[in-house]
Amino acid sequence: MKESITASRDESASTIKMLRAMVGIGIICALLIVITYDGTLPRIERLQAEALEKAIFKVIPGIVKTKTFQLDKNNTFSEAKEKEKSAQLVYAGYDENDQLIGVAIEASGQGYADIIRILYGYDPESQKVIGFYVLESKETPGLGDKIEKDSNFLANFISLDAKLSDDLSKLKNTVIPVKQGAKVNEWEVEGITGATISSRAIGNILDASTNKLLPLIYSNKELFSTKSKEE
Amino acid sequence: MGNQIHDKANTGFLSSLKGSPSTDEFIKGLWRDNPVFIQVLGMCPVLAVSNTAENALAMGLATAFVLLMSNILVSSLRNFIPKQVRIASYILIIATFVTITDYAIQAISVELHKSLGAFISLIVVNCLILSRAEAFASKNSIGKSILDALGMGLGFVFALFCLGAVREIMGNGSLFGFPIFPSTFQNWIVMILPAGGFFTLAIWLLIFNLLKQKKSIA
Repeated sequence: MKESITASRDESASTIKMLRAMVGIGIICALLIVITYDGTLPRIERLQAEALEKAIFKVIPGIVKTKTFQLDKNNTFSEAKEKEKSAQLVYAGYDENDQLIGVAIEASGQGYADIIRILYGYDPESQKVIGFYVLESKETPGLGDKIEKDSNFLANFISLDAKLSDDLSKLKNTVIPVKQGAKVNEWEVEGITGATISSRAIGNILDASTNKLLPLIYSNKELFSTKSKEE
Repeated sequence: MGNQIHDKANTGFLSSLKGSPSTDEFIKGLWRDNPVFIQVLGMCPVLAVSNTAENALAMGLATAFVLLMSNILVSSLRNFIPKQVRIASYILIIATFVTITDYAIQAISVELHKSLGAFISLIVVNCLILSRAEAFASKNSIGKSILDALGMGLGFVFALFCLGAVREIMGNGSLFGFPIFPSTFQNWIVMILPAGGFFTLAIWLLIFNLLKQKKSIA
């Protein structure tokens, strides 16, 4: 009888000890994480914004400043003041004389390993895709990640035809991925041997995104260029 | 489990070479008990993130930092943690420092964070760190635990770098991004792929075991 009482007392004492240890460690850990999060957040946000800015300058050559626009639900663009995560963003790029040079568009789609996020530049004047950059991809190192480095592949996007049809509602010739060496027309994206799926994915992402957004951007061309003059 | 490995390796080669006990705690992780080549711990990041020397070095340093910090905290709380909840406590402590490292790497370079990807978070389940907490830090003073973590951490960095350098040179023809072969060199793509990781690890293990054998015969 006596033994069982001491045993249960020991048990409750050790339960309290366990609870104390876990809660204590939990509080210490939570504090450490919160301090680090608060301390690094401004710098992380700045670096990410800088990386995006750099990418925009890369896909629209010859610009000196940019402005962010977002696509609203009723298919109109407005200047993005507060960034909503889900909104489709486009970035207009201007030269020294505030002339609109091009628009950088974010797009994403399924690659071989995971979602690939890209940024591409569009010149509404010549109606061409003028630049391309991979923002985020987890494609296989050595094979699929050639979409970021292969000079032959990247040459596709220096001047990729993206003319609109006569009624301006869709592309005249949609962007088509083709095999390496099979490119005949200006709207075809020549793939990479050894990175077939990843390079085809880029073609498909561009196809979907250009069809949806280029007609809208083209018809709002004035909006992008006038906004900058107001300032 | 970690204890066994530790003891087994302790009786292994170079055990006759003993300096003062404190330097021994440090040296053992670097060479005699090297976490990768002798204990064969933490194979997931060793194979996955050693495709370039830079990635390998960054991953090794991140792991070493987590190891050091968790060893310090585990050792200082060792009389406060009841043995029934010790593993849960260690995991909590390790996960905290991994999260901190994740934020720190993002704050250092977005590019680096991009290339290390999901493997930062996977440091939580790196058995090297848990085994050092369980086998060493929970039984020894803070000072000794720091030395142990430094030795093991640097040993891990060294091993990862050995793999990363070989794989980058063969697979990319470069080291830290600088080309070292003429452009006519045909890259061995297989070396950057997972299979190359296994090949390289096998060769290093072979070299280490040969060295070990030679020592024990001598």
